[in-house]
Order: sequence, then C-alpha cells, then structure tokens
Amino acid sequence: MLEPTVTMQEKTITPAPLPRSPQETPQSAAASAAAIRVSELSSWYGDFQALHSISLNVPERRVTAFIGPSGCGKSTLLRWFNRMNDTIAGARCTGTAMLGELDLLARSTDVVDLRRRIGIVFQKPNPFPKSIFENVAFGPRLHMRCSKSELQDLVEWALRKAAVWDEVKDRLHAPALGLSGGQQQRLCIARAIAVGPEVLLMDEPCSALDPASTLAVEDLIFELRQQYTIIIVTHNMQQAARCSDQTAFFYEGRLVEVGPTEQVFTKPARKQTEDYVTGKFG
Amino acid sequence: MSQPHPGSPNPPESVGPPESVGQPESGDQPESKSALGREPLAAQSPAAQSPAVRLREGRGRIRLNVAFFALCVATAAISVLTLIFLLSSILREGVPYLTPTLMTSGPQPVPEEAGIWPALTGTIWVCTLCGLLTLPIGIATAILLEEFRPRNRWGAMFHGLIQLNITNLAGVPSVVYGILGLTAFVGMFGLFQVPGASGAPAFEQGVQYYDQFFSEGERAVLVPVADRDAPMSEVREGMTAYDVDLEPIEVHVIEPGGDYPEDPEVLAYTLFSDAEAGRIDKRAWYYFRLPFGRGVLTGALTLMLVILPIVIISSQEALRAVPSSLRDGARGLGATPWQVVWNVSLPAAIPGIMTGAILAMSRAIGEAAPILIIAGIVYISRGPQHLMDDFTVMPMQIFNWTGRPQEGFHGIAAAAIIVLLLILLSFNAVAVLIRQKLQKPLS
Repeated sequence: MLEPTVTMQEKTITPAPLPRSPQETPQSAAASAAAIRVSELSSWYGDFQALHSISLNVPERRVTAFIGPSGCGKSTLLRWFNRMNDTIAGARCTGTAMLGELDLLARSTDVVDLRRRIGIVFQKPNPFPKSIFENVAFGPRLHMRCSKSELQDLVEWALRKAAVWDEVKDRLHAPALGLSGGQQQRLCIARAIAVGPEVLLMDEPCSALDPASTLAVEDLIFELRQQYTIIIVTHNMQQAARCSDQTAFFYEGRLVEVGPTEQVFTKPARKQTEDYVTGKFG
Repeated sequence: MSQPHPGSPNPPESVGPPESVGQPESGDQPESKSALGREPLAAQSPAAQSPAVRLREGRGRIRLNVAFFALCVATAAISVLTLIFLLSSILREGVPYLTPTLMTSGPQPVPEEAGIWPALTGTIWVCTLCGLLTLPIGIATAILLEEFRPRNRWGAMFHGLIQLNITNLAGVPSVVYGILGLTAFVGMFGLFQVPGASGAPAFEQGVQYYDQFFSEGERAVLVPVADRDAPMSEVREGMTAYDVDLEPIEVHVIEPGGDYPEDPEVLAYTLFSDAEAGRIDKRAWYYFRLPFGRGVLTGALTLMLVILPIVIISSQEALRAVPSSLRDGARGLGATPWQVVWNVSLPAAIPGIMTGAILAMSRAIGEAAPILIIAGIVYISRGPQHLMDDFTVMPMQIFNWTGRPQEGFHGIAAAAIIVLLLILLSFNAVAVLIRQKLQKPLS
C-alpha cells in the first residue's frame, strides 16, 4: 500500500514539505530525539492560572499521552502547541515550547505554517459539511497548488493512511456527515495528515466514539507513530496504557510525573500518580 | 415502597422514618416522618406526604393546559382571520382593475387609463440596486463583527459600541432614514453645490445640452451647446443641428416676416433668424452626477440604510449558528482567518444569510416613507433610464391613489396592492426555497 503512494507523494507536493515515508527517515536513528521541548510553560485564562511552569520533552515519532483529571490543564497545554488558544480571549502564557528551532509560542511565529506542521484532531469529530473528498482536500488546497489528479492521489493516500479508505472509496463524493462517528474521526485524522504535519495533536480523540470505533482509532494511532510524533490527551487510562510510549500525568495545572508509559502505570514515582492510575480519584 | 429500606443508598438528608429504623429524630429534619424511603414523590397517601412534594391536583392542571391551548389557537385565528379579511377585500376591489392597461400605462388623470408601469420599473430598479449595494456591505460587516472579534479591551469596547448601534438602528423608523438620505445623498451636505446656480449639479458625466427651437414646420430643432450655462446659440444658416432623434439636419433660416418655403421638407426645419430656444438636456444611460439628486441611486442608498441593520443582524445570526468546531477544524489545518471565513463559515452560513437578505429586501420593496421624502414625485410616465433618473415606486403610487377622492383610483390602488403582494410573496417563496434546498446539517 505504501510503495505506490510514496511515489505519488514525491511528485505531488513540490511546494510544501510532504509527509515523509518510513523509508526516508529510519525510525531507529531519531528514536528518542525530542520533537517538542517545553520549558517553564505557564498559562493563564484571565486571572486563573491553568498551567504552572511545565517542562517536558515530547519524543519524536512516539506517542505521548497526557492524562489527568478534568481541568488539570492537559488540553490547555496541547492547544498551546499549535496555538489554538490564540482565539480564546484572555488566554496567555509564558515560557517556551520549541519544535526544532521554531519557538511555538513566540508572537512572531507564523501560526498558519505552524499549524500545518502541527496538526490537531479534536474531541468531537468535526468534518466540514462537504463531501468526503472535499474534507481531505481542504488542507492541501489551503497550502499548495496541485492539479486535480495530484489532489486525488493525495486524498487517497491520506485516507489509506487513516485506515478509512476501504470504507469510503466508493462514496468519496458523498457528504462526510453521513459517516459514522468513528469513520468521521478517522476522516478528520486523514484531513489532518493530508497537509503533511510532523506532529499530530489529539484532544481526547476517542471520547465521543463507541468501543469498536475507539479500537479502530487506537490501532491507527499505533500505526501512525511510525511517521508522526503524536500527543494524545485522554481520560481513558487504559487507552493511554495501550497506545502510548510516554505518559505525562497532570494535576491541577502541574506536571506531576512524566516517564515511559509502563513505568508510570506500574511503578509511579509519585503517590498522586499512583492514586490516579489505580482509579482512587479522578 | 411503603416499607423503608434501611440499607438504601439515601443521602443522609432524607432519613427513613425514625419509628421503623429506631434512630433518634434529628432536630434539623422536622419533615423526616413523612419522608418515605428514597422516592417520596411516589408516596401514596396525601397525608403521608411532605408539603413540599405534594402532588398537584390533576384536574386543575389539565384545565389550565386546555385553556392555554385555546388561547394560542384564538390569537392565531385572530391574526389569520384579519389577514384573510384584508386580502379578500383587496381582491374584491382590485381584481376588476387587473388589466393589461394597468401593467403598461403610467399615471393618468382617469383611473381606467392609469397604470403602474413607471412605479413597477422604479421599484425593480431601486430594489435591485439596493440589494446589490446592501448585500456586500451587510455581509462584510457581519463577518467583521462575528469572525474578527477584537480580543483586546479597547477593541472589544469599540466592537460592542458598533454592535449596540446596529441593533438600535434596526429599530429606527424608516422615515428618519428618509431625512438622512435627503441630507446625505440628495444634497450631499451641500458639498458639491455650485454657488449661485441653484440646483445645478457640480459634476456631471454623460449629458449633452441642447438648445431646442421649434421650426415653422412645427418640428424640434436641437442645437448642441457646450454646457448648461453656455450662452444661447444664435440662429444661422448651416449651423450644426439635429432632429429629435439626434439625426443631423440642415437648417433653413429666413428673416422675420419673410416667406415660408414651398417645400414641406425644407419648411420642416425652417427657423426665423430671431427664433428663441429653450435649453434641454439628453442624458445617456451612464449619466452620473454629484450630488446624486433625487434619483434612483439615492432611493437605493436610502433603502439600503433602512435594511442594512436587518441584513447585518440576520447575517450575524447565520454566522453564529455555524458551529465553532468547524472553524477550529479549519484553523487547525492552518487556514488563515480569511480562509476560515471563505471556505467554512460563509458557505455554511450562506443559506441563512440569503434568507435574511431576501426578507429584508421584501421590506425595502414595501417602504414608502423614505422614498416619499427623497423623491416625492408620482407623475412619471416612464421607468428610470439611468441611475440619476427620477423615479417612483409602487408603495408611493398606491399611497397617492388611495388619497384620491374618486372611487376608481381606490380600485386601481387595490390592483396595485395585489401586484405588490405577488412580488413580495414570490420573494418569500424564494427565501423558503433557499432555506429548504441549501440548508444542510452542519455537524
């Protein structure tokens, strides 16, 4: 499945950087390099401090899970990475978050380009009220000029990548809102990866889905981590345990503990973490 | 449920009956005797119920329900019956006057010969132009107010001020806009007034002035002059002259008291050398002037003022109805604010915007008051020819006819009302169609 599409990709997107294929970037080499380095990040909504001096490294091409009870700031942190908080009145932050050499939080950063490099999938599937094809083609159309056939190849590539191609290939021009919740969410993932991001942010991507769809999306996340750095916010601790490599536990706006998932779930260093992952609160 | 469950997961406030459980009666629970288990609402005997949760008597409740329903039906019936009564009286009076003459002729002193053609074309001109002006401005304003909300304090205050203004402007009587239109568009605050020459526009484009003579053959001879204030042209043999259709002609000049030429063709364009002319003008379809004067453009701009707040508010509501998750989705893909508006918000909101705009347009079609102030002319025998041309509109014509003492004019006014109503109904039908065809679920 990958071979033909990779060649398509190479010819397709000249103006913008492309989703890299596994062949191009061997996984072992940069396995533990940090994709996003967060240091001393504090954030406020008006007078309310939502995050207290968070420092954290998000490893490249790994799944990092943010867990914690509601209101602990994990979504806030996630939404600073691609500046979705910019639209919220009164939201501000201090500290730095670096993607390579790019300061994600700087005022001068080109937010539009940043969001192309760091894609986001939301809690509730939010396909546009357009056809399935148009949904996936939406992102590429924003950023690059490509011919109709190139666009078709790109859409197919993204839909295959998001493991939803087989279900929608016969009705690409049917309304996306006619899909089931799980299919819609995978369509949203396809839409996000169609612009060739390096990082995928997922804000509780499965909380609005049924168990079967959840499983499909989790499998997909597992699959995608070969190429993308993934950060997933979740309430579901089994989910974090199942599909993440690194887990960060947040509580009341503070980063309590971060480490390899197995360690956080089996031998947590902090009492709070242990109480949370064993279900004593939260 | 008559037996209390000592082990039931009651919150501590609703303790079971003390006598059965054997607890000492707590002082802060005076009603605890009547609290039966965990579903006190379902308790059977009224005596056992606490006053706070006593069931309401069934009969009264149902009777109130029936009475309210009857009230709703009655009020709805009153409005519908009033409408039917009005419509039927207009139809009875107007239908006999719905003739081809009505559609093709202009205002006449005799009701049987009068028609609505100038008013109808005037309405079409003014409302089309008004729509073309209002839609872009209204939608753009709504987008600014909804999609580009400022986030700093002063910006938010300014935003709130504008919003408050627009909401209030929607409630201003239209006659006030007529006065505003008179100042701002008809006279343009006197900015372009020529000193001395009263009423003359300071700037004109697409107009040619002529001196009009009447020849001895009783035909008009037009002699072009440079401008409105040029000196009267002198009659001489071989001067440049045109007939009424602006075809070049040869003018024959004779001395006062001289003999008329024999040939009727020559006589047709024969002038006495002391002939006197009147100055007329011919305006092209692209005629433009400053200030705008009492023309079609002024009418459209004034009606624009009337309906702009309505269009803005309805467009804002349509934009607000677009779920913000869609905007977030586009933003998350790296869309610029403009791309979010153009590709997501606007397509999703356009059915609502169009519906609101069409309903606003149907209000503009029915407005008489502002037009009465800025135009005030009813006796126009032809439709507008250019943007600055004099015009009248249907409501004005109807208003004028209903004020006449003759019975026939009342009938013809009723017929005009029928035509106006048909236009309005077809507008609303289009609005409904758009709503049904284009509106689709957004999430």
